[in-house]
Amino acid sequence: MLLQVSAGWGRIARWTLMAAAIISYPHFAPQFWVVNIGAYAIVLGIITLSLTFLAAYGGMVSLAQMTVAGVAGYTLAILSSHAANVGSAILPWPWALAIALGSGTLAGILIGLVSVRTKGISLLMITLAIGMIFFYLTQQNTTLFHGFDGFRGVKAPIVFGMSLREPIVFYYLCMGVGIALYAAVSYMVRTPFGIALQGIRDNPRRLAALGYWVELHQVAAFGVAGFVAAVGGVLSLWYHGGISPGSVGITAMVNILIVAVIGGLGQPRGALIGALLFVLIQNFAIDLFIRERFNTVIGLTFLVIVLFSPDGLIGIWERLRRNRKRGLRSAPNGATN
Amino acid sequence: MMPALCIIGLTKYFGALCAVNDVSIDLLPGERRAILGPNGAGKTTLFNLIAGDFLPTHGSIHLFGEDIGKMPPHHRTRLGVSRTYQNSLLFKGLSVLENLFLSVRGVKPHRLSLLVPRSADPHLARAREWARQVGLAHKIDARVSELSHGEQRQLEVGMALAGGPRLLLLDEPAAGLSQAERPILTKMLRELPRTITILLIEHDMDVALQWAECVTVMHNGAAVFEGTPKEAASSPTIHALYLGDHDRNTRSSDSRT
Repeated sequence: MLLQVSAGWGRIARWTLMAAAIISYPHFAPQFWVVNIGAYAIVLGIITLSLTFLAAYGGMVSLAQMTVAGVAGYTLAILSSHAANVGSAILPWPWALAIALGSGTLAGILIGLVSVRTKGISLLMITLAIGMIFFYLTQQNTTLFHGFDGFRGVKAPIVFGMSLREPIVFYYLCMGVGIALYAAVSYMVRTPFGIALQGIRDNPRRLAALGYWVELHQVAAFGVAGFVAAVGGVLSLWYHGGISPGSVGITAMVNILIVAVIGGLGQPRGALIGALLFVLIQNFAIDLFIRERFNTVIGLTFLVIVLFSPDGLIGIWERLRRNRKRGLRSAPNGATN
Repeated sequence: MMPALCIIGLTKYFGALCAVNDVSIDLLPGERRAILGPNGAGKTTLFNLIAGDFLPTHGSIHLFGEDIGKMPPHHRTRLGVSRTYQNSLLFKGLSVLENLFLSVRGVKPHRLSLLVPRSADPHLARAREWARQVGLAHKIDARVSELSHGEQRQLEVGMALAGGPRLLLLDEPAAGLSQAERPILTKMLRELPRTITILLIEHDMDVALQWAECVTVMHNGAAVFEGTPKEAASSPTIHALYLGDHDRNTRSSDSRT
């Protein structure tokens, strides 16, 4: 009993410490570490979270989550004011934001409708094809998507006199949104919808035999993932101050899958862990090795993870923790309960 | 009286193979019917047709007078058709309680609900009750992948019952159970209320003939015998089938699940 109480306090202490670290981080860390590492890792983590949600709970691995993020990003760019001043400020920003998130969600639903009857490799190929279609559309269409150049100088909205892209504001925004989405996903998987989704992952045929419309649940899951990716796409637009076909190209699409696998496809928090490592490698591979060796380093990291821990960094961490627990239990003087 | 299940001229071809050939069965409400027959006789395919996994090539299926022959599986389930599988089809990554909760919820509205059930949720309570009834109360929070084979079979039957079916299709529920585990299951089958009409596929003749009120024997996709267990026990057709005088060419492409 006493042990339990102290464990409870330990948990509260841990959470308080973590919250304090998250809140105080931008006040002592240099701006580069706050925005280019911290905030950007969260943005990438949010887009990856949409894939991890689909994969971990729905058993569906899609390559098109970056495409969904791109749909939202492009929509907002088209509807926002920017330097080129083409199609500038068509709508007040809250409306533009709502439409962007809506279009991303809709894109997710449409992708779900197209690909829901496939799984595994076929699902991967279909979503890859959809992503490529969108990539070439953005690259070749100049009237709406501005072709190869895309959009530059897109400004984040100004709220209470502060630009959301101010480093510290942007960091807190990303952190707040990231935590909210993570909490929402963690909540959703415990609802009847979420449990049914996991039923589909384990055995779609049985779920249908229990009275569930399997495809409806799958499409709904794609819609939820679409919304999450759309949020990431909007933050990414503000972070980069623009969007171009490169943001939705094959490298960007595959990167999301790599981030998810590095972190661990089985659990939502793997998305953020993977994103953090990915962004660190992206920024420091250049310093540690010869320039332009980023892809070699990320490729090797990917290989090592896939070979030694199919469930990603999260898997490694959990194994270490289990081993430590077992170690404690088998220690001669270890506490017994 | 309106039959609980009325099958007329049901036929299913897989390419040139006739897996179910012109089968007609009438089940009265509350009836216990056993389906016997060698491997590849088309028993499981018949179940798949009734549950809606495949659409029949010809023939009709009526449930309490309602034509269900062309409905998708989940519609039939909502109307009260429920089944177990020869090889347990369970949600291995979920707990026993979650598996049963999905079964209870499957035939209810608001399947897409985004509210986490409270601990006093009536559906959750029903799921707990079913866990107790199939003897898994002590394993309620265990993951299904951690259950023994016997426990998985118990859960398999519990899941088929939890939705409150009117027609229950049991596909070899005792498959792979040890002699010690069998009585739990047979006792449970015996105690099922008469509001449920049951169709049972069973290889163990003793179990099937003791339990059933009527027996249908299938061979090469066709129903070759129908009668009481007593008649079945003395039927030359069945003796021939089981002792092997009859054409023993069982199909190569067994349509089991």
